[in-house]
Amino acid sequence: MFASLAGVLFDGFAYGMLLFLLSVGLSVTLGMMNFVNLAHCSFAMVGAYAAFSLAARHGWPFLATLPMAFIAAALISLVLERTLYRRLYRATDLDQCLFTIGIVFISIAVYAWFYTTEQQSVQVPDWLKGSQHVGGITLANYRIFLIVVGLAITGALIYFLERTRFGAQVRAAVDNQRMARGLGIDVDRAFMFTFALGGGLAGLGGALSIQMVGLDPTFALAYLVYVLIVVAVGGLGSIGGSFAAAVVLGISDMAGKYYFPWLGAFLIYLVMVALLMWRPAGLFGKR
Amino acid sequence: MENANHLANAKFSPLEYAFWACTLLPFLVTPNYLSLASQIAITALFALSLDLILGYAGIVSLGHAAFFGAGAYTAGLIAKHYWTEPISALFIAGATAGLVGYALSHIVVRFRHLALIMLTLGFGLLLAEAANSASALTGGADGLQGFRVPGVLGFTFDMFGRAAYAYALGVLFVSFLVARRVIHSPFGLALRGIRENPLRMPAIGAPSLAHLRKAYTIAAVMAGIAGAVLTHTTSTVSLETLSFGRSADVLVILILGGAGRLYGGIVGAIIYMVARDQFSGANPQYWYFWIGLLLVAVVMFLPNGILGGLSALRKKPQ
Repeated sequence: MFASLAGVLFDGFAYGMLLFLLSVGLSVTLGMMNFVNLAHCSFAMVGAYAAFSLAARHGWPFLATLPMAFIAAALISLVLERTLYRRLYRATDLDQCLFTIGIVFISIAVYAWFYTTEQQSVQVPDWLKGSQHVGGITLANYRIFLIVVGLAITGALIYFLERTRFGAQVRAAVDNQRMARGLGIDVDRAFMFTFALGGGLAGLGGALSIQMVGLDPTFALAYLVYVLIVVAVGGLGSIGGSFAAAVVLGISDMAGKYYFPWLGAFLIYLVMVALLMWRPAGLFGKR
Repeated sequence: MENANHLANAKFSPLEYAFWACTLLPFLVTPNYLSLASQIAITALFALSLDLILGYAGIVSLGHAAFFGAGAYTAGLIAKHYWTEPISALFIAGATAGLVGYALSHIVVRFRHLALIMLTLGFGLLLAEAANSASALTGGADGLQGFRVPGVLGFTFDMFGRAAYAYALGVLFVSFLVARRVIHSPFGLALRGIRENPLRMPAIGAPSLAHLRKAYTIAAVMAGIAGAVLTHTTSTVSLETLSFGRSADVLVILILGGAGRLYGGIVGAIIYMVARDQFSGANPQYWYFWIGLLLVAVVMFLPNGILGGLSALRKKPQ
């Protein structure tokens, strides 16, 4: 009983790290510009397919493909933000939703065209395969790797937001955009960088998720719901909130699959609806 | 002034007479496409029901298929276990969906923005998961099968689909008249007031939340009826009736046609369904490319949909 519980907690935590990487960018950009970007998982898919192409078709080692996944997704989000998204900052929620769902549909079709609809996988190095046995619990190496990467990035993000000048500008813009503008902070520029960073992190998350969940063009829709749950429950613009929500979601999803397989995803949606009814602005949200 | 406009709009214009006369054309001109035509009529009714809450009351919903599916499954269960007379089943299906809608409306109308979108999405997904899990009742992923609705009012549902289209069109027309009456009533005006300024309406004494709950329930009843008609004309119910895809499609259709103008959903349904029938072909993946492009284009260039664009064109010369 204890061993299985610990195993579920471990697996759920690793899964939560993945969800955190996928969603943290959306949380911050939503908090800053109130822009409902449903295409966030399309950026993750860009990164995932970039990593897949380099690893499977050009023979790059797995670890070298990860930074490229980040860069590819960040570049795409930068270009889209500059050309299309910025025109819609003042549009209604509904228009933003529809526009970004349109982007999701286009991305799914484009990737289906170039990469077919088959499930793809990548080859990871040997030291990431296999598992460790600690006190009767089996810890898969890849999941340990995920947790280490996830925690490292969380630490770096918190340092960046709390300790650097640019981070302070981003926090100011999230808290009160008008005031931040009034103080001479270039909110548009801050937003552009944050958006690219968030897209890049999603791309990295996408690349890391191939080994866990596989990759096909419907990725952009399949994980959208999970990412939205993390953002809505965690609260907009809150890194700590996203982290907590992602871990809770990851663990409850794993526990649900392990202990109540017949319920399917029912439990997750129930938890989300209950949490949102209790606190519409999210667990850590201010608004 | 607004009130005078309001009453003038309550009369059928010649254009509307012409439009409804045209809906009879498929019987004569395209008899081979009658099953598509009844699908269009059903989708149009579904989009019309979404228009009541989105276009007029301003409630964004990403889970409207919940009510469509509730109606579809109710009608399917009645046909399978009790009787196959469709009109009575239509009322029961509408009432069931309405009950679900009424129950949810107490929660939904209190929220706005992202929380509202996520809650409607969440309720839709919850209901879909519930139907999937309760496979003893709903048939799960295989869908509800093993029943056949022979016909309506003495007309048989045959392979030519004449009776099916007449049935779907008739239900659409009657529901349209009801929706039109609701919109042009003082209640409809109050809804638009809430949409335009949610703070001011309660300030002048309108029971905002009660109005929104009522509108949400009416929309749920209509969506349920649309689902029931689909069940009756196809003699099967699948999980797809509850899916996120259906909720997203109907939103796209309404926005494409133009929300908040009654005919938007119908025009959107005609264009969307005909285009999908013509272009989707072998691989639906590529169909979504065009839908995505269309969505981006509509949001960028036609913020009020096709009908909004047309009426702007008509007004320009003056």
